[in-house]
Order: sequence, then structure tokens, then C-alpha cells
Amino acid sequence: MHIQLNGEAFPLSEPLSVAGLIEHLQLAGRRVAVELNFEIVPRSMYEATLLKEGDAVEVVHAIGGG
Amino acid sequence: MNHVRTDHPFVIAGKTYSSRLLVGTGKYKDMEETRLAIEASGAEIVTVAVRRTNIGQNKDEENLLDVISPDRYTILPNTAGCYDAESAIRTCRLARELLGGRTLVKLEILADQKTLFPNVIETLKAAKVLVDEGFDVMVYTSDDPIIARELEAIGCIAVMPLAGLIGTGLGICNPYNLRIILEEARVPVLVDAGVGTASDATIAMEMGCAAVLMNSAIANAQQPILMAQAMRYAIKAGRLAYLAGRMPKKLYASASSPLDGMIG
Repeated sequence: MHIQLNGEAFPLSEPLSVAGLIEHLQLAGRRVAVELNFEIVPRSMYEATLLKEGDAVEVVHAIGGG
Repeated sequence: MNHVRTDHPFVIAGKTYSSRLLVGTGKYKDMEETRLAIEASGAEIVTVAVRRTNIGQNKDEENLLDVISPDRYTILPNTAGCYDAESAIRTCRLARELLGGRTLVKLEILADQKTLFPNVIETLKAAKVLVDEGFDVMVYTSDDPIIARELEAIGCIAVMPLAGLIGTGLGICNPYNLRIILEEARVPVLVDAGVGTASDATIAMEMGCAAVLMNSAIANAQQPILMAQAMRYAIKAGRLAYLAGRMPKKLYASASSPLDGMIG
């Protein structure tokens, strides 16, 4: 199945939770925030939130800015 | 004109800050320069942007929040790059999640890439939603006193008119509008954007701004760390001069040395 990850099609070979995706992206423990279909996914909900075909996921972090 | 100004602490969202200089973290050569410049500036509130994580390219990338620690600094996430209320609101929600529930944000919605002028219509819309959602909104806006008043009425905790366009370093382009905003406001007024060098920051503070927010003036200086230090003193000098109250300007001379006791 595919999800939209940060605006691009991203294949998933197996069903994943948000926690699984973060792990898969090697972002576990990093300071990131996740939005799923325009709604924030709180960190405490990563495990319980399962991704579905066509889901739009945004993973963001802080960068330099003014 | 015997009106003596009293010092009021600089309070943002219930927290008192001793530094009236807020700095951005953009445009620096690297993380180390960012860290050193921010340290030299003495700033306690530091802005960051929120962006998509580069998928698959960031394994060893240093994270800004590891360098500019939220334990040491108050992180002020911005919505820079947003051109409509909806994306700015989404960015603020993501920022709150990113920062463990902290509600302080810098709302900045732009209208046009050439001028980066604030889109005040979208800004007003977003401010309403964000204030209702419990955000502490410091809002970047034009130097229009009526818009500043509206943003304050909506519940923004600080109004931040531009001195000049972002990244231009032109200084305070319309000091008269800024004066009107300062006279009317009941919330802290910060100059945000347009400061080019230390004297610009001092003038903003002499006029009575609560603080100044800047990025390019430091990051684009030949020696950013030195300029960060200059800004630290410029802000302090301006604040003290504001409190001291300047002498009136006069057309004709007035001798500083007494005329009594002259020889001859």
C-alpha cells in the first residue's frame, strides 16, 4: 500500500502504525511532530494509530528560521 | 515634560525576561555559528521554523533543538513561509506538539514572495482561531495601527510590526506609524524584521518598543557573533535611553560650560 508522506507517495510493504513508520524512517527518539490527514497525532497515540491506504502523513521538525 | 518613565519588566505569556532581544536561527553558516551567535546575543527567546523532515537523509543530521535547547531557551516557533491562515494554523498545532504542548507561537502569514509583506487579512483570521485554541500568539504584522489594534483586541499577547521588509536591513521605515502603534497598545509591541544594524535596534528601543526581534541583521553581518554582541548592547542602550528620557531638540545652541568666572 501507499501513503502520502510529506507530500510524496511512499510505499509500505506491511501495515504499520505511526510508531512503526517513525521507527522505519529511523526517526525514533528524534524531536519530530506528526500530522495524519490534517490532524495532529500526539506522541502517546503513535502505537495505537494505524496507517491506511492513501493516508496523508506529515513529519516535521524544527529548523533555523526568523 | 516632567513625566518620568518607570521600567516595566518584559513579560511574555506570564514569564519575565531580562533580555529584550529576540533572535532567529535562520541564515547561519552552520549549527555552531548559530549556537555561538545566540549565546553572544544574550537572547532568551529564540525563533525556529517548522519544516518537513527530509525522509531518508537525516540519520546523522544535527537537530536544531539539540543545539538550541528548549530547557535553556524559550523556543518561539514561527509560521514563516505560510501564505494562508489554514497552513499557519496547522503549523502552530504541529509546533505545539513538537515542543511538548507549549503554546507560544509567532504567527506570520506572508502575502507575496517579493516583499514578504504580511497578509493581514489571513493573519487576522488565523489569530482568532489560534487564540480560541489557547495559543499565546505573538503576531507579525504591518505597521498599520488599526490592524495592530485589531490583533490586540483578538487577544494576541504581543504585536510585532515590521520596521522594514524582512531581510532588507533598512531600519525603521515608518517611525510615525510605529509611534502611533506604541501609544495605543496595551500589549508589548516588538519591532520584528527590517533592523539592519545596532543603531536601528537602539532607535526602536528608544521609541518605547518592549523588545526587538531580528535574524538577518546578525546572521548576515560580516561577523555574526560580534554583531550579536553589538545588538545585545544596542538593545540595552536604547531601553536605558527610553527610560532616561532624551533632552528636547533645540534649534539654537546652549552652552554646557558656565559663563560666570571667565578670565579677562
